[in-house]
Amino acid sequence: MTSHPLLDVHDLAVEFTTEEGTVRAVKGVDFTVERGRTLGIVGESGSGKSVTSLAVMGLHRGATVTGSAKLDGTELVGAPDDDLRKLRGRRMAMVFQDALTALHPYFTVGDQIAEAYRAHFGGTRRAALARAVDVLGDVGIPEPARRADEHPHQFSGGMRQRAMIALALSCEPDLVIADEPTTALDVTVQAQVLELLMRLQQERGLGIVMITHDLGVIARVADDVLVMYGGSAAEQAPADTLFTTPRHPYTRGLLDSLPRLDAEDGAELRSIPGSPPSLLAPPAGCAFHPRCAVYAAKPDARCTGERPLLRTVADGHRSACVHDEVTA
Amino acid sequence: MTTETAPLADAADPGAPAALLSVRDLGMTFPGPRGTLRRRPGIRAVDGVTFDVRPGETLGLVGESGCGKSTTGRMLVRLLDPTAGRVSFRGQDITTTPQHRLRPLRSRFQMIFQDPFASLNPRQTVQQIIAAPLRAQGEGKQRIRAEVRDLVRLVGLAPEHLERYPHQFSGGQAQRIGIARALATRPELVVADEPVSALDVSIQAQIVGLMERLQAELGVAYVFIAHDLAVVKHISHRVAVMYLGRIVEIGDKQQVYDHPAHPYTKALLSAVPLPDPAAERTRERIVLLGDPPSPANPPSGCTFHPRCPKAQDVCRTEAPLLTLTAPGRQAACHFPEA
Amino acid sequence: MIGFLLRRLLAMAATLLAVCALTFAVFYLLPSDPAAQFCGKDCSADRIELVRQQLGLADPLAVQFWHYVTAVFAGRSYGTGQYAVQCDFPCFGYSFQSAQPVWDLMTDRLPTSVSLALGAAVLWLLLGVGAGVLSALRRGTWLDRTLMIGTIGIAALPVYFTAMILLYLVVSVAGLLPYPRYIAFGEDPVGWTTNLILPWIALALLNAAIYARMTRNSVIETMAEPYVRTARAKGLRERRVVGRHGLRPALTPVATMLGMDLGGLLAGALITESLFSLPGIGKLFADSLNKADQPVIMGITLLASFFIISSNLVVDLVYAWIDPRARLS
Repeated sequence: MTSHPLLDVHDLAVEFTTEEGTVRAVKGVDFTVERGRTLGIVGESGSGKSVTSLAVMGLHRGATVTGSAKLDGTELVGAPDDDLRKLRGRRMAMVFQDALTALHPYFTVGDQIAEAYRAHFGGTRRAALARAVDVLGDVGIPEPARRADEHPHQFSGGMRQRAMIALALSCEPDLVIADEPTTALDVTVQAQVLELLMRLQQERGLGIVMITHDLGVIARVADDVLVMYGGSAAEQAPADTLFTTPRHPYTRGLLDSLPRLDAEDGAELRSIPGSPPSLLAPPAGCAFHPRCAVYAAKPDARCTGERPLLRTVADGHRSACVHDEVTA
Repeated sequence: MTTETAPLADAADPGAPAALLSVRDLGMTFPGPRGTLRRRPGIRAVDGVTFDVRPGETLGLVGESGCGKSTTGRMLVRLLDPTAGRVSFRGQDITTTPQHRLRPLRSRFQMIFQDPFASLNPRQTVQQIIAAPLRAQGEGKQRIRAEVRDLVRLVGLAPEHLERYPHQFSGGQAQRIGIARALATRPELVVADEPVSALDVSIQAQIVGLMERLQAELGVAYVFIAHDLAVVKHISHRVAVMYLGRIVEIGDKQQVYDHPAHPYTKALLSAVPLPDPAAERTRERIVLLGDPPSPANPPSGCTFHPRCPKAQDVCRTEAPLLTLTAPGRQAACHFPEA
Repeated sequence: MIGFLLRRLLAMAATLLAVCALTFAVFYLLPSDPAAQFCGKDCSADRIELVRQQLGLADPLAVQFWHYVTAVFAGRSYGTGQYAVQCDFPCFGYSFQSAQPVWDLMTDRLPTSVSLALGAAVLWLLLGVGAGVLSALRRGTWLDRTLMIGTIGIAALPVYFTAMILLYLVVSVAGLLPYPRYIAFGEDPVGWTTNLILPWIALALLNAAIYARMTRNSVIETMAEPYVRTARAKGLRERRVVGRHGLRPALTPVATMLGMDLGGLLAGALITESLFSLPGIGKLFADSLNKADQPVIMGITLLASFFIISSNLVVDLVYAWIDPRARLS
């Protein structure tokens, strides 16, 4: 094993030029993912969580990506297209939210998996199809040889997401980025798919980036958590720490506003006022300050001045709030 | 804001039925696809659904996709005509009443939809949207303006929002407009179909909180339809769990969540990940096999039996009826949990 | 699948019958006297009456209609005894003007119209789809803008205007090509091509512009689909991403539109044929209309309906073949 982390992202920023102006979708995030571990990235719409993952994969077309993202020591940002292409699907793979639209409607499931395999390993079509049937079996699809000949619309929602995972795993990648992989699924099927991802991680030592808005999913699968808000990192901590001692007012607000199955009866929901910020006209300073309870109680010039950066507040725990000493 | 019209007053009338809404054996069979010679058999989306909603309470209707909860919701307010059973509102059958005679009753039950933007006319201002149900009632112009102002304030919007159009609002604000419209005629019942599932997590709590406050102030009853068990637990007084078109369990919220009688309810609850990593590591989890089956081709007997960890022979042949397992508590299972 | 085909064929027959009945009814209501027309000038009243009897025009409308429909499949004979004329299958009657069988008139003209339509279709597909795809993949560049502005300009040109300009410049001024006349492909393939090239261009230009715009939109839309992103995420080469995953679905609606456009054109391109004096079905139709030649108009109307309806069926079958979701279980 090499000494550097599997995925090392540093000061990654993504900008788009739109007709209404420049959108800074991601404003410099840092994180690492180790082999065999899961990083959960949690955030609401416009938090930049999906854009971050697409930028790592080099799939964000038309966007300007700066900073650094190293896969096993290899720089991805600014790498030639062909180099990135050889890594995509092979060393890093992606599981998308809605398998019905993410899989091609015209081709059989087996064909789509075999195509990925051949793109990286070559060989005959027949060998690649056999490989596809194997992977479909690995992800728990019954009668994989028969199902490989079917089209995505002939699969149930849960089986389709398994096929999507099979596609991602077909070339034995080291890193899997899963973008809301269970959001479109029913809760009983979500449980199956999460179980499957965790089993595959154990068997193969995968590094996983799990992007979701669901804090329950994060608690279930993540070892470490990155909370994003308005394109920046708000807080970063090991999962246990984040849920027991959240530091950033946004994280705390989010946890307080969550209806919980394990809550006492009559427990009150404390909602966060306002809406997530517009990316075109983000608030000055801390993106969260217009909705922040701490700022509302005690307005502070620092909140509206510079964008606060992550600072270490405890071992392995970083938070981007100027008030941290107050709220600690 | 006046509370004189609070529906609870009626309920105290001697002789008035205790239930605000009573649903008996409600069924919906959608026509099947056309075959060469004749139609294929229909799809039973809802089958034999029976429950009551009491004035001022919230009944949660939960279940996975395709369980028929939304279809049921639409039939409750007659947006869909049921193919079986009946729905009575304050003792009056609303399933067979012709639409034109239903109109005076319409103001007393309303609906809120999942996608706030799709359910608001993009060419109308907020003022026009909220005023529409009042105009339908034939209220005077002055009166309507005043009412609409009260309503927007009630749902947490400002009067300056009245001249704007739906696309100028965020999802949460748009849902507030939908709620204001639903409440314009001071209904006694609001059927809310996934009202928060399209919203960001931090916004969901705002809308749930708003709905709770409005219930406390106006005494409106809700049928709250959702797939999110935690949200339903938070807002409901009673809960009905649906599976493949039928109610498998119904009862007091605390009982259903703490001591589920039906194996499906139990599995469903155990499948929801808790925002608590320590609990997640240790908790007992029942992982069901397979996906929910299609209502076009339901399994024999108890429709849950192919996925049920407790299934016996009788479950494959006989469909269990919804029976009382404890006071105020019913489950449709041959082997309910104690 | 068999059931689907059966249903569609039945529906097709019913539609054709309805078209037939409608056209029949329209002519019945017209004030002109077909018998007098058929008989020609200086015809005595007796003779007109004889012709009326022979053509069966004295029968009630329903009977006439029945005779017409059965004749298409089984042929019929007009008149009785020594005057009897046998009209063999497929019988569409005789032209009132020339007294020739309508079927022969149409089949004589069909090769011209089919040559014109197919050649033009190939041309507008190559130009239109090519420009559309190029535009979409180079979206926002000067090439895209030039092509799209060009399509607006071309779409604004009426066919007769383009035809006249082409004839004037290419034939009269430059003398590059002969004035078009129809030469059968079997006789002289080169002559066939050189003679038809101007009509093809005239007919294809407008469609090329329309197809270019439609293709561009479709390709842009498809390339934004999640499954195209998945194809990139798999590590496929861009050429394969575009060619296999993007263009196939993007061109499906183009194929649908081609089917319908071609169906209509096979039964004659009225304006183009008239402008270039090509003896196609369109020209025959125009001439027959002028002279209210009912049997010919009926025949061509039915032929056109047949082409349009069957091309719709072909489009649906092709669609199911390309897109598995459209296949019937």
